[in-house]
Amino acid sequence: MTVTTATTGTLTRPPVVGGFTHEVRAAAMVWRREMIRFGRDRARMFAMLLQPLLFLFVLGTGLASIIDTGSDVDFTTFLFPGVLAMSVLFSAAFAGVSLVWDREFGFLREMLVAPVGKFAIIAGKCLGGATAATAQSLVLFALAGLVGVPYHPVLLLELLGLLFIGAFMLTAMGVLLSARIKQIQAAMPTSQLIIMPMMFLSGALFPMANLPEWLAVLTRLNPLTYVVQPMRYAIFQHMDIPASAWAALDPTITWFGWTVPVGLQILVAVGFATMVLAASMLAFDRTD
Amino acid sequence: MAEPAVRVRGLTKTYGEIEAVRGIDLDVAEREMFGFLGPNGAGKTTTIKILCTLADATAGTATVAGHDVRTERAAVRGRIGLVFQEPTLDAYLTAEQNLRFHGELYGVPRALLRERMDEVLTMVGLADRRRDLVATYSGGMRRRLEIARGLLHAPAVLFLDEPTIGLDPQTRAAIWDHIATLRRTEDITVFVTTHYMEEAEHCDRIAIIDNGQLAVTDTPEALKARIGADRVQIRTDDDPTAIVRLRERLGVQAAMHEGMVTFSVPGGAEFVPKLFAELGLGIGTVTVTRPSLDDVFMAYTGRTIRDAEAGGGGRGGGMHPMRMMARGRR
Repeated sequence: MTVTTATTGTLTRPPVVGGFTHEVRAAAMVWRREMIRFGRDRARMFAMLLQPLLFLFVLGTGLASIIDTGSDVDFTTFLFPGVLAMSVLFSAAFAGVSLVWDREFGFLREMLVAPVGKFAIIAGKCLGGATAATAQSLVLFALAGLVGVPYHPVLLLELLGLLFIGAFMLTAMGVLLSARIKQIQAAMPTSQLIIMPMMFLSGALFPMANLPEWLAVLTRLNPLTYVVQPMRYAIFQHMDIPASAWAALDPTITWFGWTVPVGLQILVAVGFATMVLAASMLAFDRTD
Repeated sequence: MAEPAVRVRGLTKTYGEIEAVRGIDLDVAEREMFGFLGPNGAGKTTTIKILCTLADATAGTATVAGHDVRTERAAVRGRIGLVFQEPTLDAYLTAEQNLRFHGELYGVPRALLRERMDEVLTMVGLADRRRDLVATYSGGMRRRLEIARGLLHAPAVLFLDEPTIGLDPQTRAAIWDHIATLRRTEDITVFVTTHYMEEAEHCDRIAIIDNGQLAVTDTPEALKARIGADRVQIRTDDDPTAIVRLRERLGVQAAMHEGMVTFSVPGGAEFVPKLFAELGLGIGTVTVTRPSLDDVFMAYTGRTIRDAEAGGGGRGGGMHPMRMMARGRR
């Protein structure tokens, strides 16, 4: 095989390339497309921001009046990481499911016939969706002070990192879903059906202490728990929280009575995200 | 002899019980404009999909630009440009962003990319709209942009699957102008499918595909010359009787096509006076046409392409005389 740069007519024929750098370039471009589309979709950004505010200040304030946190820790402080996670996860899941739109409008085909592996395209899509969703949460961070969460650069980085892991997980789940479900009408409700229980069972909205046994088991099986709990742990670490309040609001995750270290919790989340990514690669059909 | 740009041997594709492609052999030379002609459902798109590595053949082999479509997928994909029947642009990106996306995925060197984008946008006349969202483009502009994109990585073979489908006549003509320009200036093989007979005239060679099989392959001129007879269509007071009398009194095999009594005779114009003298029926209209690709299609498949589109009418109603004629010549 000869690689030549022949000049014919007005078109210059570039050499056909391949290899790892080419795959990385392709993935980076898929990522960039997500960024461009994210930046252009102001309406979505606005809606996606309003929803967490509603949860934090309307639901949070309402619930605070009936929930006794057992200390002077405000309920909205407790809720803050949950709402962060919620806002990011919804937009991440939708970013993943947007592949159904890409299929509907034909652009998926443009991606799948390119001389690059599926891996580059799906990895780019997941990273793009996760980045956009995480970037969106930055606005919410500005409100941290209002709910008693300190502005601390290390805390900010920790939370962003965890949010990114969670967002990546949910985007990959959305991609996996859209590999299987090909109709727009079915994809949205199905993704909601998966996200909602994951959300409720993650400890984002209510403390996980003293849950009935069946519910406690479900929360431990929920991969999202391993994102939300470390986030709350990170926030409480940067605050002065009495031990009793900590135990009531942020009880540690245990497996058969063994306390799971935070590092391992994060590892569980990363591991699950990687598994979903691998599954979506397998599920995606080249001849789609 | 140089390696053909596309080489197909015994290509077969079955979907369950349905045989979409039934043993196709095909050679497309480098720099050739090759037309793949047939009604919807004849197997055109299935064949293109196999050649573009988007579907696997059930049996047979195919190489594109010297690479096997089954075992060297990435090499084939890097050397072909594709314009599908259905649009595949991202309407929420600008034309330029769509092209850049393509260039990056096809590994066009960064140093070349800008220059190449200029070249292809200029070629299809969209240079001044490059920063507009594709959502604001008309159907014809989108199709032109897709052709530009298919050329961006300077493929060896450009596949155009029904490039003018759904476009108005002026836009269709404009698209063909662009393809013609491309043919004059570029070192490229074009493989185009269409079911518009008049568009196939633009091709160097045509293959007619019907029911998953190639009926014939030749230049448009040679195909028309093979027919040798003019097509005559008449409307009479009593069409069934007309068909019987044509056979008994004039020795001509006629059949109903497109709602008219249709037959072909050498020297159609000279035949008309005989028709009025011998038929003994009221004749409403007479149309005599020189052979067109429509007639070629009819000769080889026993149907006009419009019959075929309408759902196989005419098939099984006895073999058309021209078909027998054509078979006899082969």
